[in-house]
Amino acid sequence: MEFQPISGIWAYVAMSLKVTVIFTVVIVVVAYTTLAERRVSAWIQDRHGPNRVGPFGLLQPIADGIKNILKEETLPATASRVFFVLAPVLVLFPSLVTFAVIPIAAPLPTPAGVVDMIIADVPIGILYVLAFSSLAVYGVVLGGWASNNKYAFLGGLRASAQMVSYEVALGLSLITVLMLAGNVTLTEIIWQQQQLGMWFAFPLSLAFILFVISAFAETNRLPFDMPEAESELITGYHTEYSAMKFSAFMISEFGHMVTASALMATLFLGGWDLPGSWDNAFWYDGQLVRAVLADGTVLLANPTWWKTLLTFAGFAVKTGFFLVVYIWIRWTLPRFRYDQVMSLGWKVMLPTGLAYVMLIGATILVLDEIGMAWGFGYGAVLTAVSGLATFGFIFMLDRGRTITGAAAQRAQRVETRTIPAGVVPHPTAEEIA
Amino acid sequence: MSISVKVMQRPEPETTSYLRAALSGMALTFRHMINPVKVTQQYPEEQTQLSPRWRGTHVMEMHADGRPKCVACGLCPTVCPANCIRLVGGEDDQGNRYPIVYEIDEFRCIFCGMCQEVCPVEAIHVGQHFENAEYTRDRFVYDLDRLMEQDHPSTNLWDPSDPTGE
Repeated sequence: MEFQPISGIWAYVAMSLKVTVIFTVVIVVVAYTTLAERRVSAWIQDRHGPNRVGPFGLLQPIADGIKNILKEETLPATASRVFFVLAPVLVLFPSLVTFAVIPIAAPLPTPAGVVDMIIADVPIGILYVLAFSSLAVYGVVLGGWASNNKYAFLGGLRASAQMVSYEVALGLSLITVLMLAGNVTLTEIIWQQQQLGMWFAFPLSLAFILFVISAFAETNRLPFDMPEAESELITGYHTEYSAMKFSAFMISEFGHMVTASALMATLFLGGWDLPGSWDNAFWYDGQLVRAVLADGTVLLANPTWWKTLLTFAGFAVKTGFFLVVYIWIRWTLPRFRYDQVMSLGWKVMLPTGLAYVMLIGATILVLDEIGMAWGFGYGAVLTAVSGLATFGFIFMLDRGRTITGAAAQRAQRVETRTIPAGVVPHPTAEEIA
Repeated sequence: MSISVKVMQRPEPETTSYLRAALSGMALTFRHMINPVKVTQQYPEEQTQLSPRWRGTHVMEMHADGRPKCVACGLCPTVCPANCIRLVGGEDDQGNRYPIVYEIDEFRCIFCGMCQEVCPVEAIHVGQHFENAEYTRDRFVYDLDRLMEQDHPSTNLWDPSDPTGE
């Protein structure tokens, strides 16, 4: 049976359906991430968390939404009105549109043709994500500036400095992925991971670590919570915002979290790919193929609806895993000092990223020169090289020169020194008299 | 006589590994996250065990025939530091004194329990009860009938001659 991509009027129908469904799902996931954050943080602190609205508190996000819509909007008298209103929009928009280029499942066969489970398979792929996720910081800076509030302004400044610092490390860790995949579209990156026989988290382990750290900084989550920094800046850039405008900032923060999690899952954990080659599917020379062998013969893929469902479940589990890690780390680690954030970004992440790009580039070059076939052996060599680099990186971090000041209690020793009798440190009453 | 001096040896900043501290911290929070024992009390379903000395909403004790035990002596409005008790006494044809009006403003009351302490016939009591939400403010002025309707246990005030409550 020959599979063709969906075309004609049905392509438009499928596209509208995909946009509606994926946008709705993302919004709902964002809403429930707020609930998950509150529940998980409560569990970590031996509490129950919100469990009153609906079964297990599952209707809590709806109650929150209704409350935020009904609350009074405040507009500071000295705020710059246009930009103050514009900022939440500028923050919200990029966090939601970035999901458009992330493939969520294996292609779905329909009577009218095969539908790709991605909203827009644009050729620039990952660059689109980078461009839009960087745009969000404009909203943060604008919101901080337009509030005409010192704390909000400081929050905005910190957001921009942090974004500039960690965008570099993020980009460098991405370069290794792009070098290995040879393409910037996310569908192709997933396909290359399927062909390699292993997810990029193994052959590019150090890039994975750098990407996770940078993604935490990019999404302004603890321990990189500089722009909000409740204890220092009230709530930073959204100090002056209330009701739904404040909610827009929150939704965008969680939206960024969901997008970053999905991106980490796609780039390093194979996206919707499940172990084994039974679910692989990729458009190759106009055919939907499962694998391309070394001699150029292709194995045709056989997409079914249950494969789409299973791969979507795999994608959801991977994304959910990163979301839980996000929340888990937030409620474990305290916020870095501002200079620590900067020194970690510029003195550790940037040189490590640069060196790692050189290392991976050289390894790929050598492997290609000796004619190693793209497959498991190729990945194994890269895994070994990256494992060594990761070990070195962790060894360097473990020496504790990166972030100082975290005093470990176990290292505190108490020494009791005995002053012999007869040696009186202070004059006695008789001596004074 | 010798003197002991504690010398604290703080760790050198360079020797502290942030990575290990962070990982052990995450292990700790994970153990708490999966720990099913939570400290939160699920309030409306689980009620707090109130202390026998808890001083809450007042109770007026009654005789078996439904008359209040109060003899309208006027000691409780006199002793009340918050001035929240309004008492108008009357006398029936056999010369027994009884309260015509007995009102306690639960908003003004500071729940010191002095009314219970001073009462010569053990009529007015503070009680082991605290859930008295209402929709209007005037519902918080409890009249005599309302005070007699209260069915929660009354407070055992602290007795100086029996400090441990035996």
